[in-house]
Amino acid sequence: MKKFLATALATALLAGPVAAELKFPSLDYRTGPFAAGGIPFADGYSDYLTLLNERDGGIGGELISNPTCETAYNTEKGVECYEALKEDALVFQPLSTGITYQIIPKASVDQIPIHSMGYGRTSAANGKVFEWVFNYPTNYWNGASIGVKHMLDLNGGDLNGKKVVLLHFNGAYGKEPIPTLEALSAKHGFEFSTLPIDFPGQEQKSQWLKIRRDKPDYVLFWGWGVMNQVAVQEAANIRFPMENFIGIWWSGSENDVLPAGEGANGYKALQFHNVGSDYPVFDDIQKYVVDAGKAAGAGDQVGTVLYNRGVYAAMLAAEAALTAQKIHGTSKITGAMMRDGMEALEITEERMAELGLPNFGPAFSISCENHGGRGPAAISQWDASSKSWSLVTDFVDPDEEVVNALIEADSAAFAAENNIAERCN
Amino acid sequence: MIYREAGDFKTSYQSDAQTFPIKLDRIGYFITLFVAVLVVPFVINDYMANAILMPFLIYAIAALGLNILTGYCGQVSLGTGGFMAVGAFACYKLMTAFPDVSILIHVLLSGVVTAIVGVLFGLPSLRIKGFYLAVATLAAQFFLVWLFNKVPWFYNNSASGMINAPERTVFGFAVTGPGASAAAQYLICLAFVIVLALIARNLTRGAFGRRWMAIRDMDIAAEIIGVNPLKAKLTAFAVSSFYIGIAGALFFAVYLGAAEAGDAFGITKSFLVLFMVIIGGLGSIFGSFAGAAFLVVLPVVLKVVGADWMGWPDDLVAHLQLIIVGALIMAFLILEPHGLAQLWRVTKEKLRLWPFPH
Repeated sequence: MKKFLATALATALLAGPVAAELKFPSLDYRTGPFAAGGIPFADGYSDYLTLLNERDGGIGGELISNPTCETAYNTEKGVECYEALKEDALVFQPLSTGITYQIIPKASVDQIPIHSMGYGRTSAANGKVFEWVFNYPTNYWNGASIGVKHMLDLNGGDLNGKKVVLLHFNGAYGKEPIPTLEALSAKHGFEFSTLPIDFPGQEQKSQWLKIRRDKPDYVLFWGWGVMNQVAVQEAANIRFPMENFIGIWWSGSENDVLPAGEGANGYKALQFHNVGSDYPVFDDIQKYVVDAGKAAGAGDQVGTVLYNRGVYAAMLAAEAALTAQKIHGTSKITGAMMRDGMEALEITEERMAELGLPNFGPAFSISCENHGGRGPAAISQWDASSKSWSLVTDFVDPDEEVVNALIEADSAAFAAENNIAERCN
Repeated sequence: MIYREAGDFKTSYQSDAQTFPIKLDRIGYFITLFVAVLVVPFVINDYMANAILMPFLIYAIAALGLNILTGYCGQVSLGTGGFMAVGAFACYKLMTAFPDVSILIHVLLSGVVTAIVGVLFGLPSLRIKGFYLAVATLAAQFFLVWLFNKVPWFYNNSASGMINAPERTVFGFAVTGPGASAAAQYLICLAFVIVLALIARNLTRGAFGRRWMAIRDMDIAAEIIGVNPLKAKLTAFAVSSFYIGIAGALFFAVYLGAAEAGDAFGITKSFLVLFMVIIGGLGSIFGSFAGAAFLVVLPVVLKVVGADWMGWPDDLVAHLQLIIVGALIMAFLILEPHGLAQLWRVTKEKLRLWPFPH
């Protein structure tokens, strides 16, 4: 029986599509407790690639294929999906910090770059150690420092004696910002404590009871999926002042705040790109993809925060592929060439406008040393009456002094553990 | 006709008491071993290894361990995930603290550490039984995962709480880390499975196994005939945890390469291994393998059939998977409560009589 299944599997794999196209695989999740975050992102990513196929005939004349595999945010399924899709893949974007950690060591062996956009291993921003991993345009530690900067602005530059709580997913993703926030707490003199929420986070009564008792001045929030909706609802229930409740960019989509209704009004979240659907590219997506019946999902997510992020991720991937094609003078690129393209990626405001996304995200450029970009982010706020997010600050630069020192230290530890010599010398 | 004892004469006690008394079984066993050891490593690819064979082998070890405790000794445990985490984190600490010592020794030592932890959490089993013991082991599950999340020493103070397996070699071949070949990883898991299954089979047939089964069937009667419940229960916990610890160590170091306590070793893992044992057959070595194969291979097959062959959307296939696996579990519990192992036994009985059933 097992042998039969193995042969059946082998034939299934061999019979896969012929790899004459540029392959951008998606490790997405449309099921499980984090589907609320996974679906819009996956839709955006796939729809943008479909748009390129439909409107421009692919990238540099090569059509794009976008095979998908459901991970349900589960690392074991992530491994299976990675193995199933890795052949001829150009870049992996797993949208899960756990899966990213899993495939970081494999990336250099399989010669496939990883782009963990605003998640994953923060110290991967150090290109000297992490040759195959990119996390531009920003990362968690930048996010944490920008959140603290926002608090500083609100308090006239002084956070002495203020209490800040980090409410976080008790896993790799949620724990990432802790060292940064500890360093920032030492620098600015605020009291810092953490409150972990276990997967999947549908039950947060005890955490919010503690918040009600301790009355922190600010709550920073690193949640995802169903965890976000519950947290916003609980915050509304205990009448926590919403403007002092600040989520990371993964905790700031429409899905997270809509269930709490009016109570969610004023909730803040960081964003590393702009919000809303007021960009020419969405008209094209509507015309070439959704109206043509080629949307990856139900087509109802266009213009939501996470859909935009999926579009942004696909756009950055496509730009990197284009750069790679220019560098190597061939339209048929491999994963290794794609990596070179990502390392030479330059996003300017003019290019963003050309692509139909003017002022959507910051301009940045990637180099051999810097795989993380400049790292600015803005604070957005939810308006429950108009049911929309809007940016309330400009894009702010992170506290590079604190963040860079931590990135150096963490990547040096990784390099020592795995005997990696620094590149770019 | 073909499958029968007749003509297979036993001339010594040893041959009479062997694991496979029927010749065809023996041949089948050796053919399986031959294929597994000498054929599969040459045809294996990354996908087969990572999606099917390695998880199957590692879960088989965990299921063997749980089967010893639950199937043979009757002590229900929901702490499997936690004990696997102990094995994984012990292996990680050992690997990083003593990089020059062989990974094989680390994996065995992780099993020993887990056995000690298992005995500690097995102590309440002397006072409480059944569902209450299940709840006590559930506490172990949550406590252990919490511990590995809470104390940074266990993950060498890394920012995210993830542990990463550095590259380690056996006979010059990398078996952990990204450079390891699928065949080397498969063979290392297979070696552990073969040895551990052999030990488990012989332990359960010997005095230890009889004591465990006596405790399982009726502990008071067992005590009256002279079985020491303290020793029997604690040895069951120790051996079971040893197996589960080794499974956890391999799961982290060889299969996943990076893991975090909550995600890789959560309560779902405990239930998964328990389902394997129940579906495979309580108190059966073959059942541990059958259960592991069933729950590892079935989702992959459903995915390949649904998503790759039929072209259905991923989310639909994922939901169908849950429905089908769930329905099959229920069907099994109703139609064949003794699991796949019992189906196999019935088949063998029928085969013996074929073609002349009474």
